[in-house]
Amino acid sequence: MREVAIVSFAQAKAKRRELDANEVEILMPVVQEAVARSGIPKREIGFTVSGSCDYVAGQPFAFVSALDAVGAWPPISESHVEMDGAFALYEAWVKLQTGEIDSALVYSFGKTSMGDPAAVLTLQLDPYTVAPLGIDAVSLAALQARLLLDSGRYTEKDMAEVVARSRRSAKGNPNAQLRGDVDPAGLLTEPYYASPLRKHDCSPISDGAAALVIASAELAHKVAKRPAWIRGIDHRIESHDFGLRDLTRSPSTALAAERAGARSGRFDVAELHAPFSHQELILCEALGLADGVKINPSGGALAANALMVAGLTRIGEAARNLPSSRPPHSFSAFGTHAAPA
Amino acid sequence: MSELVTSIKTPIRLEYSYTAGRASTRFLRGMSEGRILGQRCPSCLKVYVPPRGSCPRCGVATQEEVEISGKGTVTTFCIVRIPSENLSVKPPYAAAHILLDGADIPFFALIQECPFDQVRMGMRVEAVWAPREEWTTSFGNIRYFRPVAEPDAPFDSFKEHL
Repeated sequence: MREVAIVSFAQAKAKRRELDANEVEILMPVVQEAVARSGIPKREIGFTVSGSCDYVAGQPFAFVSALDAVGAWPPISESHVEMDGAFALYEAWVKLQTGEIDSALVYSFGKTSMGDPAAVLTLQLDPYTVAPLGIDAVSLAALQARLLLDSGRYTEKDMAEVVARSRRSAKGNPNAQLRGDVDPAGLLTEPYYASPLRKHDCSPISDGAAALVIASAELAHKVAKRPAWIRGIDHRIESHDFGLRDLTRSPSTALAAERAGARSGRFDVAELHAPFSHQELILCEALGLADGVKINPSGGALAANALMVAGLTRIGEAARNLPSSRPPHSFSAFGTHAAPA
Repeated sequence: MSELVTSIKTPIRLEYSYTAGRASTRFLRGMSEGRILGQRCPSCLKVYVPPRGSCPRCGVATQEEVEISGKGTVTTFCIVRIPSENLSVKPPYAAAHILLDGADIPFFALIQECPFDQVRMGMRVEAVWAPREEWTTSFGNIRYFRPVAEPDAPFDSFKEHL
């Protein structure tokens, strides 16, 4: 296995609604910052890959025009996934493993506010038997949360505590959208939005972009003072048939963690993509994280959730939040699980 | 015996509030004043119209605004013989790539006031605007382009914009 490290990361400040800039205008400074910080001249970056969704942009081939933010001349080697940027990172990592390239630029963008994200996400459901029902992402997550509460493993108070910690941690993240000190008991007095979810249990609608540069060991040692090594990476998916699954558990997350070698390690930091408070509980359980692991020091997806960006952001934030005092073991997991997230 | 389901219809409707972005907003505001505004790349000096706020070649932001005239050259074209739902113009008609004087990127527009079979590469054309009272923040303020009495532009002058 070839050693690969994240050598730079940049992100746009998440906003509820970006009224001025279009996607390219949001993305360009982020890409430029990630490239500049990498210390690798742009022309020497071997591969460029993006993650985005045309249903979020509301325009076919929006990912092609997003290349305007990169500068694709002379012609570059380039690819795209119609997924979160975390999966674009995976493609870049695989390409590095082949030995074909020594570095890659990975970026993602999502101007979620232009459409109705709950309805957009419905389109990733089974198109024959589930999507036509018109069920939206928040309602599905609420069904999942109800099952989780009924299992007796967690309470609404546990969910409120996830939210309170997210808001508190986000105070240290200038790019977060929702932050502050909230009292978990107070949160429980708020009305239901989609029972048993309250509005604060759901991630906000965010516009944003993120970019990072990865490099081979040789190059990373040359350009970066503190490269963040990717020691393992894996992705798994579960059946999209909700009737075939226990929605309160995420075996795909557990399996991915095991295959990535994350079961045996100890961690300082875990950045988890959990767009609903109860999903963080499911992910933590699946990962078997020990007490004392700092979960979502960035605030996580509950603090900002630009669609297609939030997963890549978790990985970038994990790299950014490595403790500087000793050789760190950071762990970043990107989980889309159970309900469409 | 039950009947086999061979197909289903699952209509989808999504609505969006589109944000033009800074550069396109400048362009569209210009349109509402009868002006064509492009932007110049600070690195390669190419002028983009309509501007998108970036130079796709260099990957840098474009900021310098450049006003462009409504005159240009047909770089390439095609004759459309199939009717389209959202177009009032009747086929056959010519849809052309037009490179405005002073711009470095062509865009698509209709050629009218000229038999479609006389449209040619290098033909000089000018914008025909809708009546002023109908102007909005839309590229549609330019109804179409029509020929002007000028010699054709030499091929070398637009060969990079096909």
